[in-house]
Amino acid sequence: MSDKRQFEVKALSRVEGEGRLYVRVDGDKVEHVELNIYEPPRFFESFLRGREVREVPDITARICGICPVAYQMTACHALEKALGLTMTPEIRLLRRLLYCGEWIESHALHMHLLHAPDFLGYESGITMAADHREVVERGLRMKKIGNDLLAILGGRAIHPINVTVGGFYRAPRRSELKKLLPELEWGLAAAVETVRLVASFDFPAFDQAYDCVSLQHPSEYPLNEGRIVSSSGLDISVEEYESHFEERHLPQSTALHSVMLPAATSYLVGPLPRVNLCLGQLLPTARREAESCGIAWPSQNNFHSIVARGIELVAAFEEAVEIVSQYHVEPSVSRIEYTPHAGEGCHATEAPRGLIYHRYRIGDDGLIAEAKIVPPTSQNQGQIEDDLRQFVPSVLQYDDAEATRRCEHLIRNYDPCISCATHFLTLTIDRQGK
Amino acid sequence: MSKTSNQKSTEPANKPTVAVFKFASCDGCQLSLLDAEDELLAIAHHVEIAYFLEARTRTLDGPYDIGLVEGSITTEHDAERIRDIRKQCRYLVTIGACATAGGIQSLRNWADVDEFIQQVYATPQYISTLATSTAIADHVPVDFELRGCPINKDQLVELITALVIGRVPRVPNYSVCVECKRRGTVCVAVAKGISCLGPVTQAGCGAICPAFNRDCFGCYGPQEFVNVTSLTRRYESQGESREHLVRLVRNFNGYAPAFRAASDALEEQSHE
Repeated sequence: MSDKRQFEVKALSRVEGEGRLYVRVDGDKVEHVELNIYEPPRFFESFLRGREVREVPDITARICGICPVAYQMTACHALEKALGLTMTPEIRLLRRLLYCGEWIESHALHMHLLHAPDFLGYESGITMAADHREVVERGLRMKKIGNDLLAILGGRAIHPINVTVGGFYRAPRRSELKKLLPELEWGLAAAVETVRLVASFDFPAFDQAYDCVSLQHPSEYPLNEGRIVSSSGLDISVEEYESHFEERHLPQSTALHSVMLPAATSYLVGPLPRVNLCLGQLLPTARREAESCGIAWPSQNNFHSIVARGIELVAAFEEAVEIVSQYHVEPSVSRIEYTPHAGEGCHATEAPRGLIYHRYRIGDDGLIAEAKIVPPTSQNQGQIEDDLRQFVPSVLQYDDAEATRRCEHLIRNYDPCISCATHFLTLTIDRQGK
Repeated sequence: MSKTSNQKSTEPANKPTVAVFKFASCDGCQLSLLDAEDELLAIAHHVEIAYFLEARTRTLDGPYDIGLVEGSITTEHDAERIRDIRKQCRYLVTIGACATAGGIQSLRNWADVDEFIQQVYATPQYISTLATSTAIADHVPVDFELRGCPINKDQLVELITALVIGRVPRVPNYSVCVECKRRGTVCVAVAKGISCLGPVTQAGCGAICPAFNRDCFGCYGPQEFVNVTSLTRRYESQGESREHLVRLVRNFNGYAPAFRAASDALEEQSHE
């Protein structure tokens, strides 16, 4: 008699967007793993054609309600390269501050409401709040500070309106930013508490031979700029991205699936790779917490991603405090003026959930002629499936409900944003013959 | 801990149930519920969040008292799913521009979707999608609409509160111009000659764009009974290009009837 089983998670929860997971096993052998992204396609790259340069940050923000700034920042930098624009140091710093706001909001949400419940045994942050009210309230307050920072700099938290090619429509007022400083300082101390909490969780032993990929910058933790590096020794400029990474279209998915060339291998992007590769660039408090949290970096266990996310939450608050403290004078020039002309440019930045790449070609009419957008989750998709192939044998001793819960926990290590990758999750475990 | 147990003992009995459903969208509008950081735990105390996949794993079966729908209809399967959801919900409320007007993805409605698929996907036969992106109200009756790209979280809290206590939600239906005046912003259309959609766009955002020295680009969609064409004519007479005006009106709420008619009329003029 055969030992075949199949598991299916028909709609993954606590992730952004819609997907399902199908796993088929024979005995303890995993025959097939499929992360099926069924979020309907929205065709951003197509309808960007013929739109104005200045519309691109407003439109690409709508790819993702959780990380609109990542899309706006990547688009602006790529288009500024196409137009030959150079930003002032003041604009550059305000853009880092804006990105800190998004990292705070996104990381605080994922850690406290979406991922911590997996470690503490709850179905949601809402249920967890009954027993751990202080932790959930702390997370919500940090998240709110991130959103407040986004609103001051961007006009509003979701789909900011103040981001434009060339800078900001209006520089943030000094008085508004200074008013937020006590909350940012509180947030820094709260984030340290959170790192210590999540570092005390039990982590499944699950070391994998990850090829970690992130931006790296000589003097700062990567947000908007840097070279693309990997733990296997890759060190390239952003302009070389498409020669080393390729998107492929698989039948189960409305997301394109990225692989690293030449061998078409999976790779990992996100907080764990960033901490692994850029530990030396963390500001002092974040670095101290990374070194004292009890995890040896580089880590090859993506269940540690919640700790890496926490370290980055500290880093984002720490940098925000620094930038806001030094914001004495509102810059006289908040944006560099330009006249659209033909050109091509690409750029990569670090979204909360990993590297994001955009390339644009502007036509002779000054309108977008071509757009290419590679979100973080489509880059992680291959790695999530590889992880599951390794992980599923360890959960076969459990009934379907528990096996499914454990697989979903693994998927949430990636903080997948499926709306971005199309492009939520449904898990099917096929235990054939049962 | 005593606080927690107190709270539990005072939980209202037979709490109304809320379900959140997603169609083609960016998740930003449902995120607005989680962005109500100060109110979220209180809301969860007064209503049963019965189905909200982005936030919780546990799901309760319908019927539901309030169904919040995010996203537009772009597949056959989703067109069927919304009919089933409608049957399960006492009040069905659309949240955001995608659910209310078709969203930015409705730009496909003016294009050849097969060409779109070929541009983005190497193996087009793996993709199944409708040629159009349409509003929820095009498929089933809708009880209330919350506008915005994204919605305003305060309006969402007001909506849930109103439905729970059984009154009509108080959501303004005047134009962005009213909010702008109230805020004391100098009019960007008059003072700076910027083609701004504020006069024809429903309020709700707080008139943020003009306060940041830029044009309103219509996130909250057309206000009731507006003449969009008279506004675009005015901007044209000030030297704005027709092509720019088509793009300005044809974005996140481009397929809302009043905006759609205006951009189509502009294009027709160009072809005359």
